[in-house]
Amino acid sequence: METTSKTIRKHSLEKLYASLAENRKMYAPVAEADNRIGYKYNPDFSEVIFDHIQSTLSVKNVVFPRVENVIFYTNNKNDSTVTDVDLNKIPEVVLWGAHPCDTAAYDVLRSIFCWDTKDEFFAKRLEKLVVIGLACHKSDAHCFCTSVGLSPDSTKGSDILLVPLTNGDYKAEILTEKGNRILTDFSGLFEPYQDEETKLTHVEQQFDHKQVTQHLKEAFENPFWVENSLRCIGCGACAYVCPTCACFDIQDEAKGKNGKRYRSWDSCGFGLFTLHTSGHNPREVQSQRWRQRILHKFSYMPERNASLGCVGCGRCSRACPVDMNIAEQLQALQSI
Amino acid sequence: MSEFEPKVVAFVCNWCTYAGADLTGTSRIRYASNVKIIRFPCTGRIDFMLLLKSFANGADGIIVSGCHPNDCHYTSGNFHAKRRWIMFKELMDFMGIDMNRITFSWVSAAEGARWAEVVNTTVARIRELGPYVSYKQMVNTAVEEEVTND
Amino acid sequence: MINLVSRADELLESKAVQVVIGYEAGSTGKARPAFITDPSKTGSLIFDDRCVQNLAVYLTKKEVRYFGKAAIVATLPIMRSIMMLISEQQVFAENIVVLGVSAEGKYIDIAGIEVMQQYIATCDLGNPAKDQETLAMLNKMSTQQKFDFWQKELSKCIKCYACRQACPMCYCTRCAVECNQPQWIPVQSNLHGNTDWHILRAMHLAGRCISCGECGRACPVNIPCHLLTMHMADQVHNYFNVYAGTTDKMSSVMSTFEPNDKESFIQ
Repeated sequence: METTSKTIRKHSLEKLYASLAENRKMYAPVAEADNRIGYKYNPDFSEVIFDHIQSTLSVKNVVFPRVENVIFYTNNKNDSTVTDVDLNKIPEVVLWGAHPCDTAAYDVLRSIFCWDTKDEFFAKRLEKLVVIGLACHKSDAHCFCTSVGLSPDSTKGSDILLVPLTNGDYKAEILTEKGNRILTDFSGLFEPYQDEETKLTHVEQQFDHKQVTQHLKEAFENPFWVENSLRCIGCGACAYVCPTCACFDIQDEAKGKNGKRYRSWDSCGFGLFTLHTSGHNPREVQSQRWRQRILHKFSYMPERNASLGCVGCGRCSRACPVDMNIAEQLQALQSI
Repeated sequence: MSEFEPKVVAFVCNWCTYAGADLTGTSRIRYASNVKIIRFPCTGRIDFMLLLKSFANGADGIIVSGCHPNDCHYTSGNFHAKRRWIMFKELMDFMGIDMNRITFSWVSAAEGARWAEVVNTTVARIRELGPYVSYKQMVNTAVEEEVTND
Repeated sequence: MINLVSRADELLESKAVQVVIGYEAGSTGKARPAFITDPSKTGSLIFDDRCVQNLAVYLTKKEVRYFGKAAIVATLPIMRSIMMLISEQQVFAENIVVLGVSAEGKYIDIAGIEVMQQYIATCDLGNPAKDQETLAMLNKMSTQQKFDFWQKELSKCIKCYACRQACPMCYCTRCAVECNQPQWIPVQSNLHGNTDWHILRAMHLAGRCISCGECGRACPVNIPCHLLTMHMADQVHNYFNVYAGTTDKMSSVMSTFEPNDKESFIQ
């Protein structure tokens, strides 16, 4: 689809939000305690913020919830009955004001979940999702989108991308059919775009991801991994705040005769992740798990899914209690 | 609405309280039938997680009971239990989990009447407190309830 | 920190230790743990206000143990952690050299366990002042208020287990939360699973928590989970008159007893 650019005035933005909220669930960023940013369902427009750098958690939970029920079952005397989850109950959601790194992450997730078999839970949630992205006019030292082939205003994954203008209004780039439908439905709120000046942040490029991918092919046995992960304590913070980490664990939970099977987030950083029943663990120590994390995102995924497994949001580096700064490490990897 | 009948789970040790409860029965003493007794080898075996599990599975009140100090069949199981309950109670108080819903007691094998009294007072107290709604709500609330179709 | 650096240098040079665990300048203005094996690199060791992480967590880490004997930069909480780890026989005193740092950030010579014990005895072992304030505030609340407070906090938990991993006392190779026969803790990161997890963690650290606050600092979503274990530390002192990590022969509070332990709630 051809991209159309429109301008939306600040006061119209509120109307657009209110109109969309009429029959859809809104998921938008709000300020939380301790100067943190979090996303919340159906916040009041006055609560929604437009000038945040990064939320603590990513928005992958919209399409890949922390916990997702897969089936429900009842064990009877001689047989079991299984009930599927009614996917039609999945609500229509508008993700409002997500930054380009987060929206681009949906493309990465799609390349994982819809790689060969289409994951119906993920696909349905994505189908019901409208993404209204927000280009960044602020960034910090942890942001590195430009190093992974994105930018503060990349349109990947958005249906409509709002780009802040210097005059306080927004340029709206209509990118997909879903976006176009919003434009048609609420055409009165949009005005023609007249080359007004956009306000964007500059994110310094820290490394060349193609070079990193190339180097990683030879780096499996490199002492780099041990040296640079001695301080890693093996928690799952990086994976759980990551917008593209897609590993999950499947569990059954029963109460009497009734039970459910669900999947919940997991992390390759945990020792238990690869532990075999025999007691053998192919990734025995933390350096191997750290290597897996980097290789998966920067070597295996480009090779198999034709997409990089990182969008440069910098959340893992912000969340890490022991300063495992991923951009710093990738920069170092470039020259090993 | 039908009258609230408290569900009370009793974790008791095999050697004292369980035998005491037996004596209550053989002595034909009537007591509240709301209690479901679970027999353990010793109070020292009663893991605090079991108490949480019973709340999670619908109990409104809990009784934990064993041999009087110095009477433990295994010499010191109840002393260990006592320390554990002191800390557990402090933690529960700190986290706002209502300790009025848990009765800790020592009931010996000879105290059939006392067992009836412990159960009756506990049940009466829970009846006054009503069902443990806040805990049940917690158990039933998934964080992302709506999106997970829970 | 000339003394710290020169002492580290000396230890590595004489091969008295194979690795020095300390702090170095990290990215974006943070300080981070450093593992120095080469005496020529001890110059990167720093110590300032940013150096708050409890380094004792690395003493039980496999890859760090591979090095052999370790010298560790230790403030009071780290010293107490070391005492606990020795008491619980997770590390051996002869494999550790302590490079002490006082509350004022000055190097102190800790020549052996006895010296460390004497030093710890001179310190205030209660919870840090700002946490004491929060604890007092929470303790004043009603049962329902406390419940609401913790439910709100714990609903944020994503079960990344950073609190567990950051804690030097959580060294079990198989955590109770990972046992599924029976499944003690619901795996889901919902309110129920989260609450059970934090109760279990606090109970398992009762009498072992040395009030470093590392769990709360490590939490990526800012749950003040250190208050739970700190409250337990307070109560252990209150009831049993014990502060964790004062000697290398601590007996475990929760697996010992005194016949006259005081309580008032058992009928």
